[in-house]
Amino acid sequence: MIDKRLYKHPILSVEEKPLFKFYWQDQELVAREGETIASALFANGIRIFNYHHKDGAPQGIFCANGQCAQCLVLADGMPVKSCMELIRPGMKIQPVKGLPELPPIDPETSFSFQPIEELEVQVLIIGGGPAGLTAAIELGRLGVNCLLVDDKHRLGGKLVLQTHRFFGSIEAVYAGTRGIDIATKLENEVRQYPSVKIWLQSTALAVFSDKKVGILKEGEKYALVKPEIILVASGAREKSLAFPGNDLPGVYGAGAFQTLVNRDLVRPTEKLFIVGGGNVGLIAGYHALQAGIQVVGLVEVMPECGGYKVHKDKLARLGVPIMTSHTVLRANGKESVESITVARVDEKFQPIEGTEKTFACDTVLIAIGLDPVNEFYLKAKEFGLSAYAAGDAEEIAEASAAIFSGRIRGLEIARELGLYSGEIPSSWYETANILKSKPGKTYPEYFPEKESGVFPVIHCLQEIPCNPCSAVCPRNLIEVDKNDIRKLPVYYLEKNGKGCIGCERCVVVCPGLAITLVDYRKDPQFPEITIPFEFLKEIINPGDKVTVVDVEGNPLTEARVNSVKSIKGNDRTILIKVQVPKELAKKVGGIRLQPQIEPVETQYQGKMPDEAIICRCERVTAGEIRKLIREGIRDINEIKTITRAGMGPCGAKTCTPLIHRLFREEGVPESEIIDQLKRPLFIEVPLGVFAGLNSRPAEEEKENE
Amino acid sequence: MSSPEYEVIIIGAGSVGTPTAFFLALNGYRVLVIDKNPSPGQSSNKRAIGGLRATHSDPAKIKLGLRSLKIISSWKENYGDELEWHQGGYCFVAYREEEEKTLKEVIPLQKRQGLKIEWLEADELRKILPDLNPRNLRGGTFSPEDGHASPLLANEAFYRQAKKVGAEFRFKERVTGLMISGGQIKGVKTDRGSYHAPVVINAAGAWAAEVAKMAGMEIPVTPDSHEAAVTEPVQRFFEPMIVDLRPVKGSANYYFYQHATGQIIFCITPSPSRWGFDERETSEFLPMVSRRMIDLMPRLKNIRVRRTWRGLYPMTPDGFPIVGWSREVRGFLLAVGMCGQGFMLGPGVAELLTRLVSGKPGPDDQEILSYLSPYRSFVSEEILK
Repeated sequence: MIDKRLYKHPILSVEEKPLFKFYWQDQELVAREGETIASALFANGIRIFNYHHKDGAPQGIFCANGQCAQCLVLADGMPVKSCMELIRPGMKIQPVKGLPELPPIDPETSFSFQPIEELEVQVLIIGGGPAGLTAAIELGRLGVNCLLVDDKHRLGGKLVLQTHRFFGSIEAVYAGTRGIDIATKLENEVRQYPSVKIWLQSTALAVFSDKKVGILKEGEKYALVKPEIILVASGAREKSLAFPGNDLPGVYGAGAFQTLVNRDLVRPTEKLFIVGGGNVGLIAGYHALQAGIQVVGLVEVMPECGGYKVHKDKLARLGVPIMTSHTVLRANGKESVESITVARVDEKFQPIEGTEKTFACDTVLIAIGLDPVNEFYLKAKEFGLSAYAAGDAEEIAEASAAIFSGRIRGLEIARELGLYSGEIPSSWYETANILKSKPGKTYPEYFPEKESGVFPVIHCLQEIPCNPCSAVCPRNLIEVDKNDIRKLPVYYLEKNGKGCIGCERCVVVCPGLAITLVDYRKDPQFPEITIPFEFLKEIINPGDKVTVVDVEGNPLTEARVNSVKSIKGNDRTILIKVQVPKELAKKVGGIRLQPQIEPVETQYQGKMPDEAIICRCERVTAGEIRKLIREGIRDINEIKTITRAGMGPCGAKTCTPLIHRLFREEGVPESEIIDQLKRPLFIEVPLGVFAGLNSRPAEEEKENE
Repeated sequence: MSSPEYEVIIIGAGSVGTPTAFFLALNGYRVLVIDKNPSPGQSSNKRAIGGLRATHSDPAKIKLGLRSLKIISSWKENYGDELEWHQGGYCFVAYREEEEKTLKEVIPLQKRQGLKIEWLEADELRKILPDLNPRNLRGGTFSPEDGHASPLLANEAFYRQAKKVGAEFRFKERVTGLMISGGQIKGVKTDRGSYHAPVVINAAGAWAAEVAKMAGMEIPVTPDSHEAAVTEPVQRFFEPMIVDLRPVKGSANYYFYQHATGQIIFCITPSPSRWGFDERETSEFLPMVSRRMIDLMPRLKNIRVRRTWRGLYPMTPDGFPIVGWSREVRGFLLAVGMCGQGFMLGPGVAELLTRLVSGKPGPDDQEILSYLSPYRSFVSEEILK
């Protein structure tokens, strides 16, 4: 029996939950309580969920976020988005082939339509992620009457998917703490404030011109909220990429992947390939490794990864091939992804013939960047409703920046309401800017000359906003510029005649796993290196032979593991100790996890970019749209009229940036492009919900007059 | 004086202007269409839901509707463009005596005009619409030759074919004035230039009164707005457009059908009317329309609503369009006030305008024009709105 569930995870706790039976095409399978239908299917090795009604193309998961309808299945006869519905015992799931049948209902059924709940609040916060939560905390502290809505089952937004320790400022934004734990801290704090009402599983659907916001409350009821001020903290959505095979099941976004792995605790892939070397892609790769998934490669089209060097180095050290100046040519496979073909690019980002490489993989993650989810903000502004945006909905940046921008927006809103008369310190805005900043300069590695005693080697070479290392040293030997935490940490061999005691705290706390400890005390010729490791303890044991690598993953030597240590209170990072010759000691950055990965030889098919799917919902290709652009069409509304691109369930969320990209490729300036009208609803909602009926199918049906 | 560049200038590339450009150009006229939008059909056409019927209650609209149906239903065969035409018929349902009486009253006239339409008793109607709520159902009319198509695709097809036969279009250009001299129209001024023609057609939809004013004419066209929505697609489970005429608090009639794509498209008439140019979505629409639709067809409860929008109905006081020559300004032709039926009347009106411009009216044209005259009294009231 196939079982792709995670029962152990180095960081996440896996609760034991009851198992029960369900059916897929009449085959009896096992689900774990709390799984969505999609995760239950993935856990059983199923990843083709339906066949598109237009051309029969197999469809798999794409957003895992309820935004598209790629994962549509029939659940007990009802078409549902499998990523949003929880599986129930005995449920009969079928793939949708062609258009689904709308389940019949006795035409004599009479319904009791409930009145639609209407609610007035001072502030409506859309999104309970880092920005929404901190804004709610600021507002709650001041007793402002707020409603916070979030479409997920728990608060925290994408924080709940983040197993790594956070960067940023330890004072301002919980740096050094793991994302999942920050989510819990923020949730506990916001729940202390009685003036903040929280609706979970509640999706904002539309901002209307009468200044009411339609909300699908708790997944089943319609409510209209009339706020004085709206704060949009709805985060970001992932950009997509056009390449042949981009529509195959197994090609999806890094966010979807993190949801499946870190929230639903299933392993949706055995061999993963990542497109995009920003933080999202790099972190997703790390999460994959933590879940026991092989990461066969990562391509980044630019000469350098855009994400933090420490994230990139972590992956490289663990044995993930990182190919910069490379692009994806196509995903190959019949019914789902079987391999990916990549190639080196020239200065104009054009693939260089003869450099193609094909890697076997079953999943390709697209992690090429994010766009703000700002529809509600724009609509609110258009309709004259006082509106603010925070976090990624305002500007794409790290979660640490979102945590801080939420605080600022919270106080700004309180000021507008006249409930806070103080000034917002200008230093807050400076901090916000620092936290938002992209990685700065990278410096060559520098090692202290000393070869005795014990001391940390800091392999942190790129300016990024981060300072936890400076807060943990009991002798204050590590300093980061307090006014600009982007500056590299400085290590003092000693202060007041006192040096490092080898407490390991800096090694453990560094979010980039970029600090090792070198200890010459036992054997000056073969010093012992302490390496941080965030994987299951049982995969590595004393006596194991490991490949020791430098900070960027280049092999240095083979070594035997002296000890594997987990300390209570060190928050799941384990420490591995190895001994290496003293000339290598300071260079050691980590140990390799994955064996060497080689491309497989396949015949390269030639690039056919026009097969790439631009509108996934309506199956519109790049070729169809390119033809219209070449005819002179500049109005995306007209492209939509002709091709239906943008008319599908996702509401043009995926195709719009891709269409802009095609325009760019055709040399059309942005100023000539007319964007399509964006209209509600944010997601599709059953008609009955608007009529005041619960959306849950079963029970309430036949309640007669 | 040099000859004018164009023979006809049409203001508005919408449901009326675009097919008119096509038929005129097809008949050899040099035509220019001017529209303020960046591409055709971007004002009210794209907001139309797509119903096409000849089932009206007066000879003029019945005749124009029949022509439109003929043009749209044979378009693919004649020109090759897919318009998502589906001949599903129209069904006006009656749950009360009032509606039964109204509907039955107009059947003789409709039949005289050559419409295929029958009154079906409840059990017969349920054979066509098994999902219709049978409680208190009295019956309804069924006109099998009506149907529906995509307004967007139709307008785009008229546009492309019009260009093929020589019509010119200028988009993102706003008409700022009409050139009139000695009581004769000479052309059109826009924010980007001026264009000459001896005939100018006002097909400016909701903005028609503003354009007429440029010729010194006051015409009673005022936009009202209706909201509409479209659902996810599902397998076809009913054929006709369903119209429920019952007024209830907050709304008059509403109607819905299943499009060729499998999607349900629906629309409601707010009561009282919402006058003005506001096309922004309101929070009232979905709760209002959903109850009525689910009550009528419980099966619709689970269909998911995908998108919602609001569009303008250029209304006239009596509910009939205004089509005809201006008496004050020679060469100024009005084709306005379609009252939300521009899509279903547009192709028929386009042919009529072509005949008017060419001075070769057809046998029924005088009768049609008498109903639609700009100089009528506007006091009658339409039975089937």
